Amino acid sequence: MRAHSKDPTLSAPNAAGLALDARRERWIMLGLTAPALSLVTIIMIAPIVWLFSLSLLADDGTFSLEHYRRLLEQPSYRRNFIVTFEISLLTTAIAIALGYPLAYVLAQLPRRAASLCLIAVLLPFWTSLLVRTYAWLVLLQRQGLINKWGIAHGWWSEPLALVHNFSGTLIGTVHIMLPFLILPVYGTMKSIDGSLMNAAANLGASPARAFWSVYFPLSLPGLMAGALIVFILSLGFYVTPAVLGGGKVSMVSNRIANDIEIFFNWGAASALGVVLLTLTLIVVYAAARLLGLSRIAGAGHAP
Amino acid sequence: MGESASLPIAVRQLTKAYGAVHALDHVDLDVKSGEFLTLLGPSGSGKTTLLMVLAGFVRPDSGSVRFGTQEVVRLAPHKRNVGMVFQNYALFPHMDVAANIAFPLKLRGVRSEEIARRVASALELVQLGGYGVRHIDQLSGGQRQRVALARAIVFEPRIVLMDEPLSALDKQLREAMQLELRRLHERLGTTTIYVTHDQREALTMSDRIAVINHGKVMQLDAPRRIYDRPANRFVAEFIGESAFLNVDVAAGQCRFAGRTIEVRNMPAVEGRCQLMLRPERLRILDQNEPVAANVLDGVVTNMVFQGDTLLLHVRLGDGSAISVRGPSNEAGVAKVPGIGNPIRLGLGAGDAIILPADGG
Repeated sequence: MRAHSKDPTLSAPNAAGLALDARRERWIMLGLTAPALSLVTIIMIAPIVWLFSLSLLADDGTFSLEHYRRLLEQPSYRRNFIVTFEISLLTTAIAIALGYPLAYVLAQLPRRAASLCLIAVLLPFWTSLLVRTYAWLVLLQRQGLINKWGIAHGWWSEPLALVHNFSGTLIGTVHIMLPFLILPVYGTMKSIDGSLMNAAANLGASPARAFWSVYFPLSLPGLMAGALIVFILSLGFYVTPAVLGGGKVSMVSNRIANDIEIFFNWGAASALGVVLLTLTLIVVYAAARLLGLSRIAGAGHAP
Repeated sequence: MGESASLPIAVRQLTKAYGAVHALDHVDLDVKSGEFLTLLGPSGSGKTTLLMVLAGFVRPDSGSVRFGTQEVVRLAPHKRNVGMVFQNYALFPHMDVAANIAFPLKLRGVRSEEIARRVASALELVQLGGYGVRHIDQLSGGQRQRVALARAIVFEPRIVLMDEPLSALDKQLREAMQLELRRLHERLGTTTIYVTHDQREALTMSDRIAVINHGKVMQLDAPRRIYDRPANRFVAEFIGESAFLNVDVAAGQCRFAGRTIEVRNMPAVEGRCQLMLRPERLRILDQNEPVAANVLDGVVTNMVFQGDTLLLHVRLGDGSAISVRGPSNEAGVAKVPGIGNPIRLGLGAGDAIILPADGG
């Protein structure tokens, strides 16, 4: 009896054992994340650090900002960045214009029909990116299907330049990126309570007014998430601009490939990569500050 | 919010079918100006469909709906000018409380000082003064309910529709809100149509109740008459507890098990009929009391203590099982014979309800 309040095994039975269980559980959880964590460290962080250090070395192996100076001085590099942002912004804008209404229609469809349509949206993911890009080449080139049809029907007499230029690149990029916009927008729209639109109508809002004052603001987190994904993916896009741009549209990623494959200039390529990464991070940061990262990350769930 | 700002509603031959199911089957309904009318029925009875047709969210197959003298059956929902409280409140989650309530006023082009004044007074009315800047997700269920109510009445609609507005609240809050809604209705005088499947709620709040089943109005009456004088077996069974005995009616005389049952309101029926009994309207009589009429003899088969009352299961002479509700205090319990013992029950002439045998 005397030791009752002192002896922990009596005043708090099993406390030590329960604490041990809790610790063990935490270690198991940590163990589960370890493979992914180490993989990310090895194949993401380490190369980035290595790239960054490469970009700071001159050809003779000494420290220098030469590569960055050249990025600023050579107008062709600036053109690469301007084209990259042009393509990315236009791709995002066109994807919104095409994808948002489509997602809206999907969200209104009955469940079964919506699933079928979603499969159609996702179908491109099941084929290789390269195959899809070359398919566009088949459609768009001078002797391609679209030009043959157009001329056969007398809509235009000379083959239109649909590919190996800016617009060809844009067409291909938009096609590849569209599902990345539709899915988060659709997810957010599905989480919007249908009775809200009824309530808006009941309170006197015309269908258009109800859409803009209730539905659109509530779908905005999904739209922002989708637009951000499309924009960031477009910034670093390589395959489609390479094939459909025909060497005439040189985005940053194409320039990086050129610098390495043709000029073996790893330093210049690394500097380009670092600048692109920095710009991307700035965009993400700005978007996060502007809209709240949690809202973007939480898109698809009810607010 | 003037008293005269209310409209009568006239529903004629309203029909809506979903496939083979008649959600509304040639419904006729008149709601008086300023009345609080409840649509009461089991789920799937068509009561919500009727409300949705009145709000304009469901397009009926045929029929007429008039608000006052105006035919509205083809009018778009946003032109109907009726307030509605939704079952899940349907508050706009991206707006704060004040913006939610201001929404209908903004749409009507009310000046901003006027909006601020009316939002504040609507919040006062639902006892949420000062809550205007709160976000919707910071409110409890009861508070959301009040905001939804404020939003539905702030633009002074002449008709208010409510779709099971209290069903998501816990029992105590629900009962408090019932009285509050009723008080608010008395103050505003707006014609109100209220949908519920909760009979107690309907009895508590309504001027009149329309009991609905299979898309038809089974009975439209004041709460007291719905309970005391059900028009048919469905209404009798749906509202309150009831048991039915097979009785013979001849020349205006009702007989059961060789005894006469006096019935105050005897309908013009003959032959095999049903006598409806409410458990709480039966009295437990002294076994040796000499009585001639309105007595039922039986045996106690079970006894259930339910807190406020004592529920007895009784088997009558003809084998039918009924129940009797008595006080659960000591004196009440002392009067009850034990399980397996005979019991004698008395029935007032005013509490004896005769229904046609087919259940009509």
